[in-house]
Amino acid sequence: MSNPECACHESKGEPLDAARIDQIITAHRGDPSALIQVMLEIQAENRWLPREVLARMAEALQVPLARVQHIATFYKAFSPVPKGRHDVHICMGTACHVRGAPRILDTVEELTGIAPGETDMELKFSLETVNCLGCCALGPVVEIDGKAHGHLSPAQSAELLQGYE
Amino acid sequence: MSEIQLEIDGTPVTATPGMTLLEAARAAGLSIPTLCHHEGLEPYGGCRLCIVEVEQRGRTRLVVSCVFPAAADLVVRTRSPKIDRMRKTILELLLAHAPHSPRLGELAAEYGADPNRFEQEAAFCVHCGLCVRYCAEVKQLHAVGFIDRGITKEISFLPEIALRECNRCKECFPLCPTSYLQAAFVLVEGLMSTNGRA
Repeated sequence: MSNPECACHESKGEPLDAARIDQIITAHRGDPSALIQVMLEIQAENRWLPREVLARMAEALQVPLARVQHIATFYKAFSPVPKGRHDVHICMGTACHVRGAPRILDTVEELTGIAPGETDMELKFSLETVNCLGCCALGPVVEIDGKAHGHLSPAQSAELLQGYE
Repeated sequence: MSEIQLEIDGTPVTATPGMTLLEAARAAGLSIPTLCHHEGLEPYGGCRLCIVEVEQRGRTRLVVSCVFPAAADLVVRTRSPKIDRMRKTILELLLAHAPHSPRLGELAAEYGADPNRFEQEAAFCVHCGLCVRYCAEVKQLHAVGFIDRGITKEISFLPEIALRECNRCKECFPLCPTSYLQAAFVLVEGLMSTNGRA
């Protein structure tokens, strides 16, 4: 996390909707087997799982905090640090790679000021590289918020990012 | 309760149902090396050092004795050139993480493992899980747990619980097969991060 632009350390993220989080946790109170479901729901609403929320989940669902923390850091679906509003996945698979994915990555890194695995200060984008999105014929592919954009040039990818708020 | 008859290293051994091969062998006074095994804890099968050869209906296969249930008419070998070779490689891999562990050093000498075979990446922890499991199963405190996965997996004390409980317990420290300095270090780190937050 050497990037000074990275929001992981200082930023507290957007204010939590504490009432909504409590509502999700309370719905499953006392049911340890609902842990991952609760985590998924809060991750979907909040886009990350702050430590205080993990502690509250542990208490309400009667799961040791160590276990909650293990699960929160184990699965890629959960983020213990704030995530941006838009998930940018750049495919680095073989087909995309030979069709210029590294240049797209460079452009996106330049434009957003973040490296893969990081989130920018405005919490706008979270950047990840993936190893194949399964649509090699569209390469190079960038997936933003689940929507695949194919046959991109570096210039087009820059344009594409500018369309997001 | 019906008893099970099996053969370990040519010795007839009697086991009771539910016993693992490791327990049966140790009850008969035969030694199998282990790192992650602890009598008071559930079998874990993490270190794979207790690997043995099992012959059943004319077929031989390799199993991990600490999680393999003893069954009738098994023929078990705890040492063979193949097993020794595998234990040697396992030790070499573990030594890349914990080169100065006395326990690993003893085993390495016994099996002729070269501590420098793999590039050293000293993390001291070999992920045996003894501290994590002891804290969870015996003490039920859950003051230490694993975080992350794969090559970044590590043990982590929970400052909230560690600050309250660990100083007067520390029972997990001598369990660590590599060096409890590791545990101590992580503990201190955990305590410091609490101070930083408060």
